[in-house]
Amino acid sequence: MTAPIDHAALQLEALAETRFTVPAIKCAGCMGKIERELARVAGIAEVRVNLSARRVAIRHAPALDEDALVAALAAIGFEAQPVAALAGTRDDREARMLLRALAVAGFGMMNIMLLSVSVWSGAEGATRDLFHFLSALIALPVIAYAGRPFFASAWKALRHRRTNMDVPISIGVVLATCLSLYETATGGEQTYFDGATMLLFFLLAGRALDAAMRGRTRAGIGALLGRMGRSGGVIEPDGTIRRVPADQLLPGMAMLVAAGEALAADGIVEDGSSAIDNAMLTGESLPEPVGPGSHVHAGTVNLAQPLRIRITAAAQDTALAEIARLMGEAGQSRSRYVRIADRASRLYAPAVHSLAALSFLGWMIAGAGWHQSLVVAIAVLIITCPCAMGLAVPAAQVVATGALMRRGLLVKDGSALERLAEVDTVLFDKTGTLTLGEPQPDLARIEDTALCIALALAQHSRHPLSRGLARAIQAREIAPAQLDGVTERPGHGVFATSDDVSVALQRGDADADTMASVLTIGRRSWTIPFADDVRADAASTMAALRAEGLELGILSGDRTDAVAPVARALRLFARANASPQAKLAHLERLKASGRRPLMVGDGLNDGPALSAAHASIAPGSASDISRQAADAVFTGSGLMPVALAVRTARACMRVVRQNFAFAIGYNLLAVPLAIAGQVTPLIAAVAMSLSSLVVVVNSLRLAGAAK
Amino acid sequence: MNGLAFLIPIALGLGLAGLGAFFWSLHSGQYEDMDGAANRILIEEEGE
Repeated sequence: MTAPIDHAALQLEALAETRFTVPAIKCAGCMGKIERELARVAGIAEVRVNLSARRVAIRHAPALDEDALVAALAAIGFEAQPVAALAGTRDDREARMLLRALAVAGFGMMNIMLLSVSVWSGAEGATRDLFHFLSALIALPVIAYAGRPFFASAWKALRHRRTNMDVPISIGVVLATCLSLYETATGGEQTYFDGATMLLFFLLAGRALDAAMRGRTRAGIGALLGRMGRSGGVIEPDGTIRRVPADQLLPGMAMLVAAGEALAADGIVEDGSSAIDNAMLTGESLPEPVGPGSHVHAGTVNLAQPLRIRITAAAQDTALAEIARLMGEAGQSRSRYVRIADRASRLYAPAVHSLAALSFLGWMIAGAGWHQSLVVAIAVLIITCPCAMGLAVPAAQVVATGALMRRGLLVKDGSALERLAEVDTVLFDKTGTLTLGEPQPDLARIEDTALCIALALAQHSRHPLSRGLARAIQAREIAPAQLDGVTERPGHGVFATSDDVSVALQRGDADADTMASVLTIGRRSWTIPFADDVRADAASTMAALRAEGLELGILSGDRTDAVAPVARALRLFARANASPQAKLAHLERLKASGRRPLMVGDGLNDGPALSAAHASIAPGSASDISRQAADAVFTGSGLMPVALAVRTARACMRVVRQNFAFAIGYNLLAVPLAIAGQVTPLIAAVAMSLSSLVVVVNSLRLAGAAK
Repeated sequence: MNGLAFLIPIALGLGLAGLGAFFWSLHSGQYEDMDGAANRILIEEEGE
């Protein structure tokens, strides 16, 4: 569980606590390994892994800094990012507050119901008055505490002269409580304390479900911005190199970028030749060769040899910052989206309020007294209180997201699910979305003994092709061979000897269009071709999406001749060579013509398009910014979750509409009773729980929807 | 009817105790990592 603590050494100084996001934590094995191995590191007192959030909390001596802890995690094979202590706790606090309110409402509801049952079964006189008094004693603090989320939200809406679902709820609860207090004080026959607390309990259950859904998926997606190029090595006039944070770099400075380092600013190469991994910016998987005079951008990674770069744009002026700015603007239209529950309440709340007012007036005109007319009006409000409506949306959405999660798709929130159901066009990025984004080697013609050596060589290089090769060979459960004297010559390959035979893994023909590596063992050599293949189930996913009546297309930043074969194979309309701005413009045009596009993309260059689209999905391998911008993230190597997402979202909305239809149908039956003054607290309580139950059971049918 | 004088406080007390227990479990972080709690039983403890 918790790591053993070296008390003698650690009690003397206060411990610091640092949290890290470790996306690779998947199972009990990872948890055990991290907690066991890290506890052995000097200075670390306690390690606690949170599997749901994919986080590790480390209590350690203040002398250990973040970098040392990241290195310790890296040493046991886990990539980690430090997270700010308070990041993302606002949603957590809200979810906890709702849970507490739910518990209080549950407590109040059950105890008041206990007393109410006695009243309904015929308690009279002093006993009934005592029970009413006790109910009031329990109900007042419970309603004051558990009702806060609704009162606060209703007050906020009213102050902005708007109305939402919480306004009729709050008015109903407050009026019912006041009337019941009056009845209790005057020894009346009926009180509605049970109805009011029960209403709060069911509604809070809906809210808590909604909050739990958001918390669950947010943990899987993680929020890691700005991990690339946080600082640059500036070359001073006297030749020394000084690390400067990215936001303090200035145009005109000379910057030295080591192999494997991410660029922190845009610039022109002055000296050196290397290859640049543009995958973050353009989605292009093939490294781009650069030499003196080439333009390079912040966020890309220098793969081979050190480069001397003259900075042309830094901080807020880089192409990267421009993309971030576009994303911020594009995302604003989405925050204006009105959720279905709020749209329903815009019609519902005025209808209910005028109905209650009319029945009050009607009874007054008919000659009933103030008291009786008020009782009827409040009964109308309570019976129409959107109890089933409050559950109609969250219950269905929680079940649907749970079903999708089991199939490898994490939906961020309910609004995302609602928008996913409305899309009519799907646009795919190519590299990393339709394809896996990782070059896959073709190992068919190479024997196992050679593969052992290839694996050992590949493990010594950070080049994307080498890493892809190492992964592919490891997947065949082949162990690496023993090597001596390994040297990596950047831009050329890895060289070593194995059993006194010289071996090498070199790059293929530089000018060839296809990617390849050359493996040499002694005098024999093999060419290992690489291809970034289309995901295996892409064709069947397209068929499934077409069956849903969606229009499909490719919107890629890649070269035309790279996009064309994929587009032909999948029979898709394609647009290549699209810059981030062009992608954004394309989506805005679609939206202006009344379409509702779903964007599926992974690269940083897709970021603005992902934010602007009506809904968006990113693969789990996508850049952090894209995962942040997308409504949903799918994991695994299949593309099918995209089709499942649309189908399940539509099924979910069908169930939501059924739930609404049921809630309205129930009102049509119950409201005449209430207006006629025939609703007793007993009828209200039974009707309320029955309608909620029906809505929940109907929503549970979605459990098998993502098949 | 005198029984009520005992039974109602007992019922309320039990309810409050349950509520208190839930608040305590929430406060002590027992719902922070539901997946982790399910998986922890699979971790093999090393002999110490």
